Amino acid sequence: MIRLSLLTRGQPLSQARCSIPTPSTRRTFTPSLLNNNIRSFSTAWTLRNASTESVADPAKPFKVAVIGSGPGGFYAAHRILKHVPQSSIDMFEALPVPHGLVRFGVAPDHPEVKNVMHTFDEVAENPNFTFIGNTSVGTYVTPGSKKADLEISDLRPHYDAILLAYGAHEDRLLGVPNEQSLKGVMAARSFVGFYNGLPEEQDLEVDLSKAETAVVIGQGNVALDVARILLTPLEELKKTDLTERMIKILEKSRVKHVHVVGRRGPLEVAFTAKELREMLQLPDTTFHMDQGLLASEMERSGKTLDRPRKRLMGLLEKGIKESKPDQPKSWSLQFLRSPLGFSGDGDNQLKAIELGINRLEGESSNRKAVATGEKETLACDLAFRSIGYKSVGIQGIPFDERKGVVPNLDGKVVDAEQNIVPGFYASGWLKRGPIGVIATTMADAYQTADTMISDFTSGKAMLNDDTSSKEGGKPLLELLKSKGHKTVSYKDWKKIEQKECELGAKVGKPREKFLTVEEMLKVLD
Amino acid sequence: MTRFARTPVSSSSNSNLISSAVRPNWEAAGFSTASGIQFAKRGRPGPGEGFAVNFIMQDGEEISVQAHEGESLLDVAWANDIDIEGACEASLACSTCHLILDPDSYSKLEEPTDEENDMLDLAFGLTDTSRLGCQVLMNKELDGIVAKLPSMTRNASA
Repeated sequence: MIRLSLLTRGQPLSQARCSIPTPSTRRTFTPSLLNNNIRSFSTAWTLRNASTESVADPAKPFKVAVIGSGPGGFYAAHRILKHVPQSSIDMFEALPVPHGLVRFGVAPDHPEVKNVMHTFDEVAENPNFTFIGNTSVGTYVTPGSKKADLEISDLRPHYDAILLAYGAHEDRLLGVPNEQSLKGVMAARSFVGFYNGLPEEQDLEVDLSKAETAVVIGQGNVALDVARILLTPLEELKKTDLTERMIKILEKSRVKHVHVVGRRGPLEVAFTAKELREMLQLPDTTFHMDQGLLASEMERSGKTLDRPRKRLMGLLEKGIKESKPDQPKSWSLQFLRSPLGFSGDGDNQLKAIELGINRLEGESSNRKAVATGEKETLACDLAFRSIGYKSVGIQGIPFDERKGVVPNLDGKVVDAEQNIVPGFYASGWLKRGPIGVIATTMADAYQTADTMISDFTSGKAMLNDDTSSKEGGKPLLELLKSKGHKTVSYKDWKKIEQKECELGAKVGKPREKFLTVEEMLKVLD
Repeated sequence: MTRFARTPVSSSSNSNLISSAVRPNWEAAGFSTASGIQFAKRGRPGPGEGFAVNFIMQDGEEISVQAHEGESLLDVAWANDIDIEGACEASLACSTCHLILDPDSYSKLEEPTDEENDMLDLAFGLTDTSRLGCQVLMNKELDGIVAKLPSMTRNASA
């Protein structure tokens, strides 16, 4: 990290912080970072204790495997490497390319959010860090899943701890007729993956040439990302790393109207101000929403709204007031609507969505949608379900099917009876569910890392006891090699990235992503 | 109140610092010339040479450092090894450099932009005198500013 590199060894420091510079005690900063947000006081307390003493025997290595290379994995690795100098981390990634949703989820027109990749690059420069790309770990429990390159049982003998950070792989279904059978209905997750170049989504059928009206079910930031990509002038998107394949599709797009539908009211929207502001600033686009509902819901809530919500509602009010009528394009927020089903024409192409009309009941802080029994039909050519992602369990690891997460206490994996599973940890969306911005994942990856550091320094049981020789990734790399499997190092990734940047530069984009694993690997031949 | 002045970094150590502080695309990312790299080149101001910034850490410890004119609080923190994340590198895309200012200094600042407020809304422990450290540029008026690190930079709800 830049902050660490700024710390000059041997430099006299103020007395208050004189313990900083030697590497063995450099876990330094902010044990009290753990204050409010850590649910368990005990963890915060033990870490504070652990961190006021020097880290356990510096000769005792701490070998960690991280499964997944998104923010949940990288930020945890960052923290562990910073605070436990004798740690070594192997990060496994199923794809040849790292960074998870920073690459495949963050919108192409939000390049500034992707600056976090610089921190990840710095983590990867640490000599105690090894990236093992193109290598999946843990076969999904879903029947018919492709067998992973390695199983958890392969890793287990070689590490002290395994951190699960493989994210939320699937989207939630609405559970209504025809959502998976009609052309034109798709998961927002798949669409986002498609336009961001996620290899597994490149077969998605996306045809915008006959579509005029799109509906997005769900009112979070992913929903607004989808709506924005559909309505943003193409010249703007051409400057981003949106894939050339998607640009070609958008060139033929006839989409003019996007409805963003939610089952509850304006106070319950999950999107944030930045994303809403961008929608309201779209050129040549009229914004519609039910002003009366906004007014009544705000009045009802009285003064109980917190500042972010108040500002968000203010932004909606302003959006309604300043919206220019009769623009060539439009978008709307539709409230109190639950999808009941999709219907299509003879060609199996989506034509309409049937919506049940709800009313709101309960306290302002906990409004519930209750069906009124009334229905309406909304004509549309495209529909995206955007009601959240969910994680999938892998073999050999406890999984909470209902919540769609690995059950854990402050990142420490527990089984169904809340018993601790020694040596296993979870981070990111797999740990707490698919919500929050990158900063949220950062904070919770740090929490998990702190739990791991605390467990390690206080001598808690890990995957193996001290007598066994844990060799980390070396025997695994040998095993993979013997099977003829090609792994990708971080240096390899940087070569792939450089090629992507070169290709992008030719067309005035920050990068042109490779869309298949084969193309990525070909760079390394 | 205890204040500790920080010893200025010598110029020789600064050259190491620049080579190791690899942040690609500083300019491409829209950084002003008042970025950390630039300040690093001209070294840190010694006691009384710049403007005082008093950081209060989460555990209550106070660290007093000196800032150049025009330097952001985030740059000052980074240059002095004060652990503020700044994940988006001052591009107003995150809230991880959230700081709580003393009311007097806060009132001397111009209102935050909408974009800054949007990010502040995602900050954990938001207060009436909260600002993003990357947006507060030091000047004579702010000499002696107190900037408290919140207990956690986290968005609990979004």
